[in-house]
Amino acid sequence: MTGPGGLDAQLRFAPRGLVADVHLAPGEVLAVLGPNGSGKSTLLSLLAGLLRPTGGRIVLDGEVLAGEDGRFVAPHRRGTALLAQDALLFPHLSVEANVAFGSRSAGASRRAARDVARHWLDVTGTTDLAHRRPHEVSGGQAQRVAVARALAADPRLLLLDEPLAALDVGAAPEVRRVLRQVLRGTPRRSAVLVTHDLLDALALADRVVVLDGGRVAEEGAVADVLSRPRSAFGARIAGLVLLAGTATADGLRTGGGTLLAGLRDDDCPPGSAAVATFSPAAVAVHRDDPGGSPRNRWAAAVDELAPRGDLVRLRARLRPGGEEVLADVTASSVADLDLVPGSPVHLVVKATAVAVHAVGRPAPRAGGGAGGTR
Amino acid sequence: MRSAPRGAEGSALPRWVFAPAALGALLVVVPLVAVVLRVDWPDFVALVTSESSVAALRLSLRTATASTVACVVLGVPLALVLARSSLPGLRALRAVVLLPLVLPPVVGGLALLYAVGRQGVLGPPLEALGIRVAFTTAAVVLAQTFVSLPFLVVSVEGALRTAGRRYEAVAASLGAAPSRVLLRVTLPLVLPGLAAGVVLAFARSLGEFGATLTVAGSLQGVTRTLPLEIYLQRETDPDAAVALSLVLVVVAAVVVVGVHGRRGAGPGTR
Repeated sequence: MTGPGGLDAQLRFAPRGLVADVHLAPGEVLAVLGPNGSGKSTLLSLLAGLLRPTGGRIVLDGEVLAGEDGRFVAPHRRGTALLAQDALLFPHLSVEANVAFGSRSAGASRRAARDVARHWLDVTGTTDLAHRRPHEVSGGQAQRVAVARALAADPRLLLLDEPLAALDVGAAPEVRRVLRQVLRGTPRRSAVLVTHDLLDALALADRVVVLDGGRVAEEGAVADVLSRPRSAFGARIAGLVLLAGTATADGLRTGGGTLLAGLRDDDCPPGSAAVATFSPAAVAVHRDDPGGSPRNRWAAAVDELAPRGDLVRLRARLRPGGEEVLADVTASSVADLDLVPGSPVHLVVKATAVAVHAVGRPAPRAGGGAGGTR
Repeated sequence: MRSAPRGAEGSALPRWVFAPAALGALLVVVPLVAVVLRVDWPDFVALVTSESSVAALRLSLRTATASTVACVVLGVPLALVLARSSLPGLRALRAVVLLPLVLPPVVGGLALLYAVGRQGVLGPPLEALGIRVAFTTAAVVLAQTFVSLPFLVVSVEGALRTAGRRYEAVAASLGAAPSRVLLRVTLPLVLPGLAAGVVLAFARSLGEFGATLTVAGSLQGVTRTLPLEIYLQRETDPDAAVALSLVLVVVAAVVVVGVHGRRGAGPGTR
């Protein structure tokens, strides 16, 4: 299925040193990761037409949006809806009028725009809020309305600028779920997602581009880039331990055959492609097999020890699978356990500290509903 | 380590600051009280409803309303250009537009006279079209607009800068053409700032004296606005002058309350 949203862009913006080529197949979601100042926002602004590029060209569905000959298509003619960190609902309009804004701008009648708005309010589970003012809804609700508003404009390409960064931890999962549903459901939608959050990239994107200093430092499938980071930033953003594999009933089986018990997301059925993540701080290190009942208990060999603030970061390789796992331990335990590179150890991680997330296409949700409002 | 004062925001004020602050407040309050004390209350209604007073009041309200409308029509686009465009020479334009704020009104009046007066730059061509401006009601409106415009521009420009461009960027990305963004997003967002600007411009127009006298003269019912009437009456009928002054004080007070009653609607920073 080829929908709209094929992007072929050579993004150049000299004042901020951005030189990045970005390609998107129709329906694909590209995550853009990178440290602050790496050019992520500039990249989005160029795609949205908020900045005029100093070179290169931007082609969306065969239409040149910006090119060498000075061609520059105005933002409102691009079909590239923006979803920012803040919902930015127009404060003087009701929720429903906000969502209808794009259709009205495209010349739809009041009635037609309202029907479109109601559809997207339903999809994002915000129907109950239709007649409220933006100041009367919570942050998470506002962001879901903003998602509805962006999609109601029927964009060829969605531009998401850290859409979950400003939400509190309670509200983010629901918005992430809505985004996942609209981006990865049917029909699929092309999107460029700027984020600094690993979870967002994992949950929403097919591919990831890591920007550093305005250049593409690495690029590839999300799980590949994050499990085998080749750039400094890729490694840093993967500050979590990440093991890729296949979801099982109570966790994940890696390609190397290691079994992990963990908390599996609802939309990640057994047998689907998945990754398990956990913090190096959640890993306990023992010299002797601790025995007992912990479900994640692996034999490993220490590869490397590096000081990291008050702690020591231990890099170990599981046996026999060969997966690399990081563990943060105190300096005194390193001394007590007499750890040196090559030491055999046993690693233990609580199952509750391991998260298992889907990668790739989501399975259809049971019932297919959009979920209610909170 | 010093302990921070509890319950106060920021650091405590040194006590001596209150003395000059109190003097400053008295500087405004005492003259106002003096006017109120001096009012001839038994004859108040008669004084403010005399033929010349009513003519002046009516003219003032008419011209101040007209000049406020002119300020909105001209000032909002000016503020938009100053806050949102990237034309060359924007700083110079802003300085020129704000000049009437610091110019003595009589100088402004003279400048206007040499612009639209009989001997002025635009006088002869206007005359050829059968239009005379100087010493007409139109000249009053012109003078009031000249001195009031910067108040409106400053208010709206400040509101535009505070509102930022993010809502506009989102609106454009949703497919709204520039005019639609302006009318449906930008202007509603700056409405409180615009309202504050309107109130200030109206108040400034209502109190205009120097520029009006210079370019429009003082003809009863034509160009003699309330401040001019008060100045004239001061010589012949001080009681009437005081009574009319009180009327202006009340109007001004209503305006100030109107501006500061709104949250965040004061004149913006440059």
